[in-house]
Amino acid sequence: MSIELIIGILNIVLISTTPLVFAGIGELVTEKSGVLNLGLEGLMLVGAVTGFITLVITGNYFYSLFLSIISGVILSGIFAFLVLNLMTNQIATGLALTIFGIGLSAMLGKKFGGTPIDGLNPYYFIVISFLLVFFVAYFLSKTKTGLIVRAVGENHNSAYALGYNVIKTRYLTIIFGGVMSSLAGYYISICYAPMWQEGMTAGRGWIALALVVFATWKPWRLLVGAYIFGGVAIMQMNLQAIGVKLPGQFFNMMPYLATIIVLVFISSNKLRLKLSAPSSLNIPFEKNQ
Amino acid sequence: MLRKILTFLSFLAVISVSAVHADQKKIGFIYIGPPGDHGWTYMHDQGRIYMENALGDSISTTYIENVPENADAVRAIRKLAASGHDLIFTTSFNYMDQTLEVAKEFPDVKFEHATGFKRMDNVSTYSARFYEGRTIIGHIAGKMTKTNTIGYIVSFPIPEVIRGINAFYLAASKVNPDVKIKIIWNYSWYDPGKEADAANTLINQGADIIVQHTDSYAPCQAAEKAGVLAFGQASNQEAFCPNSHMTSIEDIWGPYYAAKAQAVVDGTWSSEDTWQGFKDGMVEMSPYNTKLLPLDLILEAKNMETAIENGTLHSFEGPIYNQAGELVVKEGEVADDGMLASMMFYVQGIDGEVPQ
Repeated sequence: MSIELIIGILNIVLISTTPLVFAGIGELVTEKSGVLNLGLEGLMLVGAVTGFITLVITGNYFYSLFLSIISGVILSGIFAFLVLNLMTNQIATGLALTIFGIGLSAMLGKKFGGTPIDGLNPYYFIVISFLLVFFVAYFLSKTKTGLIVRAVGENHNSAYALGYNVIKTRYLTIIFGGVMSSLAGYYISICYAPMWQEGMTAGRGWIALALVVFATWKPWRLLVGAYIFGGVAIMQMNLQAIGVKLPGQFFNMMPYLATIIVLVFISSNKLRLKLSAPSSLNIPFEKNQ
Repeated sequence: MLRKILTFLSFLAVISVSAVHADQKKIGFIYIGPPGDHGWTYMHDQGRIYMENALGDSISTTYIENVPENADAVRAIRKLAASGHDLIFTTSFNYMDQTLEVAKEFPDVKFEHATGFKRMDNVSTYSARFYEGRTIIGHIAGKMTKTNTIGYIVSFPIPEVIRGINAFYLAASKVNPDVKIKIIWNYSWYDPGKEADAANTLINQGADIIVQHTDSYAPCQAAEKAGVLAFGQASNQEAFCPNSHMTSIEDIWGPYYAAKAQAVVDGTWSSEDTWQGFKDGMVEMSPYNTKLLPLDLILEAKNMETAIENGTLHSFEGPIYNQAGELVVKEGEVADDGMLASMMFYVQGIDGEVPQ
């Protein structure tokens, strides 16, 4: 293999893995505070379509990025209100958010499908994604606020008794996760495959969710996991193109299979499970308990 | 505002008037993707619109988009059948058994299944001879490639796709015996990101022409970005890659849909198998890109189209060997429709194996 070929492969891996890093790192922070948001796919699609439409209308990358982020804030804000204030079931609400996002993005983008745009250089986002993982890892382990987020996720009643504002913390982490998902979507429709087509995220939100479990809620492992998932997908394409016979369907299910294996592995040991999964994940918090 | 409300009210009135139209036939469509994919589903939807315009008030149409090729398809088809539709088009190969299952329950409803081969008294099948278009683009690719490497992105290993690969390769290797095709199976019809990855991988491995048999225009766009050539799929994709798009194979469903709907209106519909190509206008080539292709090559391509229409040229003319070196089509003969419909082998010269 020549150097050019390897650089080319790395280039494709970087470009195709970045949306997983964005959506995954956002969800990791949300889950660290004890909230499970299954709405990533919907958030990504709405982020993608909002950015795309704004770019087509205004021709301005900054506005399109801004509105895409706003769409993430609004949608995840609604999700946060439902699960935190009205205490709806997180799983059902997250699924509803995904289904809503798929429909909403399709409706908004109906007139814009097939409009050609000039894509943005993906390297800005690739660099940001690495910085982001570094920032989140530092934030969660070395800053006081990060420790509060983790305390809220581990035991919200204790955190509340200590005087921390559980609801506010969770609002912020949910909105952070939402914004990261819409950035992942924006990256897909503006950099990765510069176009708008319905359902174009094609299940990447679900892979990002699996990734958080695969990484056992640790930022650096999430980055490594994302590049394993992305790298394997691109490697199998390269092997196919060289003429090696491979079971392609197997590679499509690989991220989910790997996640199940990790789940089995960490659940086989209660202590290990406790160390990684936030204990209050998916448990609603009531102030008057 | 008032004007908008009035328009809306009159729209409602039109709907309610057309709803009470006694002998109006209801026609339903099941789509695998969104009509906005600018590929496969887009062209079926164009066919639906053509049919609506052609038949006017005597029909009304409905469609369900993004129907997966699994048990969900049964529910979607049954939903249309149970809600009084007279004719239902199911527009993807893997709706085959699902279509038959629902057709057994609703013997009075007519079904039209695209690209399949199982028929019943109330189920017709229809398809286009896309492979004729693949012969044209194979010829062009064989002459235009400089690296002698062509990247080919495909969805699922089904006869229609494999037939396309073979037709393409036979034509390309006829004008350029050194040509190699690199094939990537994506196992999805529609995932723009993955299609772009596959195109970039192939370009990285030295392909200077990208051919696709998937539904989004991401591969063509990736080719444009990398500065290599490409062919579009299903609809004219020139707008998305003006500097690399040589031509597209277009699926033209409208006239067929209109004819079948008319047959239902007239009560003359019967179960049959339709497989049409250039000759009947079900497959067309988009305008050849004069900026990229030399004039004599465009003329050659046009002559080939005419020859295929006349029957003097066939995409699968003997002698054709399979990868094991066995003669599958004798010299002086052409592959019959039975062989084409069930083609699950690569012809000699293609590297790799057909995935099982």
